[in-house]
Amino acid sequence: MTIRTLLLASAALAGLSGAATAENVLKWGANRDIGSLDPYSYGDSFTINVLNHVYEGLVRYNEDLQIEPALAESWEILDDQVTWRFKLRDGVTFHNGNAFTAEDVVASLERVSHETSPLKGNLPAYVSSEMVDDRTVDITLNGTYPLLLNDLTNIHIFDKDWMVENGAELPTDIGSGVEGYATYNANGTGPFIVESRQPDAKTVFVVNPDWWDEPQHNLDRIELTPVTSAATRVAALLSGEINFTNDAPVQDLPRLEAAPNVEVLEGVDLRTVMIGFPFRDTLVSGEPNPFKDKAVREALYKAIDLDLIHQRVMRGKSRIAGATVAPPIPGYAEELDTLPGYDPDASKALLQEAGVPEGFSFEFNCLSDGLVNEEQFCQAIASMWSRIGLAPQLDVAPRAVQTPKRTNGKTDVYTLGWATLPMLDAYSPLLQIFHSKEGNSGVFNWGGWSYPELDALIQEAGQELDVETRLGLETQALQIVKDEMLMIPLHQQPMAWAVTDDVTDMPLFPDNKPRLWFAQVGGES
Amino acid sequence: MLAFLIKRFANAAFVMLAVALLAFTIFRFFGDPVEMMVNEQATQEDRAELRERLGLNDGFVTQYTRFVTNAVQGDFGISYRNQQDVMVLIGERFPATFELVLVATILSLVIGIPLGVITAVHRESRMANALQLGSIVGVSLPSFVVGIMLILAFSVSLGWLPAFGRGETVDIGWWSTGLLTSSGRAALVLPALSLSTFQITLVMRLVRAEMLETLRTDYVKFARARGVPAGRVHWVHALRNCLMPVITLTGMQIGNLIAFALVTETVFQWPGMGLLFIQAVTFVDIPVMAAYLMLVSFIFVALNTIVDVTYAWVDPRLRDDTAKAGGANG
Repeated sequence: MTIRTLLLASAALAGLSGAATAENVLKWGANRDIGSLDPYSYGDSFTINVLNHVYEGLVRYNEDLQIEPALAESWEILDDQVTWRFKLRDGVTFHNGNAFTAEDVVASLERVSHETSPLKGNLPAYVSSEMVDDRTVDITLNGTYPLLLNDLTNIHIFDKDWMVENGAELPTDIGSGVEGYATYNANGTGPFIVESRQPDAKTVFVVNPDWWDEPQHNLDRIELTPVTSAATRVAALLSGEINFTNDAPVQDLPRLEAAPNVEVLEGVDLRTVMIGFPFRDTLVSGEPNPFKDKAVREALYKAIDLDLIHQRVMRGKSRIAGATVAPPIPGYAEELDTLPGYDPDASKALLQEAGVPEGFSFEFNCLSDGLVNEEQFCQAIASMWSRIGLAPQLDVAPRAVQTPKRTNGKTDVYTLGWATLPMLDAYSPLLQIFHSKEGNSGVFNWGGWSYPELDALIQEAGQELDVETRLGLETQALQIVKDEMLMIPLHQQPMAWAVTDDVTDMPLFPDNKPRLWFAQVGGES
Repeated sequence: MLAFLIKRFANAAFVMLAVALLAFTIFRFFGDPVEMMVNEQATQEDRAELRERLGLNDGFVTQYTRFVTNAVQGDFGISYRNQQDVMVLIGERFPATFELVLVATILSLVIGIPLGVITAVHRESRMANALQLGSIVGVSLPSFVVGIMLILAFSVSLGWLPAFGRGETVDIGWWSTGLLTSSGRAALVLPALSLSTFQITLVMRLVRAEMLETLRTDYVKFARARGVPAGRVHWVHALRNCLMPVITLTGMQIGNLIAFALVTETVFQWPGMGLLFIQAVTFVDIPVMAAYLMLVSFIFVALNTIVDVTYAWVDPRLRDDTAKAGGANG
């Protein structure tokens, strides 16, 4: 009912504002819609990214992707080393006028870490939180943990009174079959207020005149329209129906660049594309697994012509990677970023040395809806491997089909892209991919390897509060990953946004997340 | 007649059950919705627990029975991705699809019928041949290609019409319509044209074939002999006799149009049921997929049943009991 009234109101407003052209409107054509207005009910980073314009966290990333205070003004770690005390900002109000206080923080943390929340993994170390006074919150962790602030950048703060009034204290539990209020309504502290939402058609945000921070943007309105078909999105940009897209298709970039009214913003994503090997005793086919021999992994690595993939498949837009994390990520070190050199003859010799000179057959699992040009580079790599006498069986299908195979060990060699989001630290892949599979660790360790010395380094890094020491440990761990060739990095994939010429400033972020509170539109005002 | 009706409705119910069964068999190959629902940092236990809560670990028969029992009561559950009641979600999208299909149908009749008459009457003329050739193109071009070409021409090059979306809509009760605003009507033109291309050529070819047949009949010859003007003979006397199959075909095709609107809806980001379904497939949103398939098959079954019942009502020979008797006599 509320949505409908809002729609009518917005229709009326749109009619009125048609005459006043002074408004600065950013018309954002995205490649998909947000799931709902509730950031906690579906584990989807795009939804969280968009709703970050409405909801804010205790801390946030600035324009250089450094963490800075947001709803919290300052913080300290108490003497027990596991409790973090946050001092909250004064004078912040939610969009409904309620004041922001410590109980809002506690209620929000409880909501996101509730057992039915699909996002509780975003706060892996969280145990409990407690209100000390109106402006102070203590967060208790399960041990010393250096990356709480990184985690908190993505935890949006809700208004407790609003949640209680509307019965939205818990995330929507789809299993119970009851809708949630926060699915249709939003009430944050952020720079923009949700004005109306029609799923799959349009979500309108208007500027929050009472935002606590000094705005760096000059937008009055953001109209988010999903345009799923890439060709239509390009057409809409060329015809000026949208003036910003965060997904300009790679194959249409030359055409967009040639258009007089469009500017393409290109960059290299933080996402590192890798290939992983199985470490189980047998392959899917039941044959013994040759990949347990490092010489075989090296043979496959040396057989890949990274330059050719960069030039042909990625059209020169990717960055060839030697390390499993991108250069801007803390924990990266230049000495990790070396390439093995393309050498198919050496590959053949290595296979000979490993006792499989005549090659063998294995499954190669890729996604059709995953990474940039994934299908193409998988085909290219499969044929490069065939050239050294191997018989890769390429298996390409959508993510929803492939993921169960990957997690259940129903495939051999696989692709994986990792951007270290939302943490933006090398600890993220170390814990999630390279650590042995146990408890919270190694969820993406699909190959099933286990290196005790690597695990020990990762655990040590996960408890080290001194930044330099921690990054040193992470680099050391990444060195083991590289030496053992657990996964071989291919490249950081390209990303491209595009704007029309009435958008005067649109900072491109390497994590591929638009932050429109930094955007400028050249309106008449 | 009553026996016929009961039999017909029982058939319809059986088809619906079969569709649900098929749908559930197919969903097992769509993948695991839980992998799409949780974020990267969720542990294996979290995933297993969510799967359990959604009832995905239950056996096939249990899941199917639960679905049918709930569906009969009109409860299709909550969308995984949108966390909205599925019936509400589909109800919101239905007007968009319906208006698109309605306008496409009207377009196909308004354009297809005159073209059919013209190509039949001027059979050997150059224009008729050109139209015939054009209709082959219309039949064979996939509708997403038509859509993209229309966008290229009318949105990008000429800038006359919007490339996507539905424009401003007005709510009348629960029905949202785009027909009452100028931006809504403008937004409707390209998707409706693109959806009706195939339909136009189909109607045109049908009318042409029927007209050629009719023009050879005696009453047309007599009318000509009596000196009735050619226009009146073609457009009134002959055409009227050709329309019955056209109307039947149009009725039956509405179901098709609703089902195939999903391609057009994806190209034009038309917020209808088809777009909803496509996204549900991407995110393995089983409740939405199931409800959409049930609804579309219901529309098909209902249209077919109505047509059958109408035929039986109009033509007593088609009724079951008499048909058998007739068969025995023949």
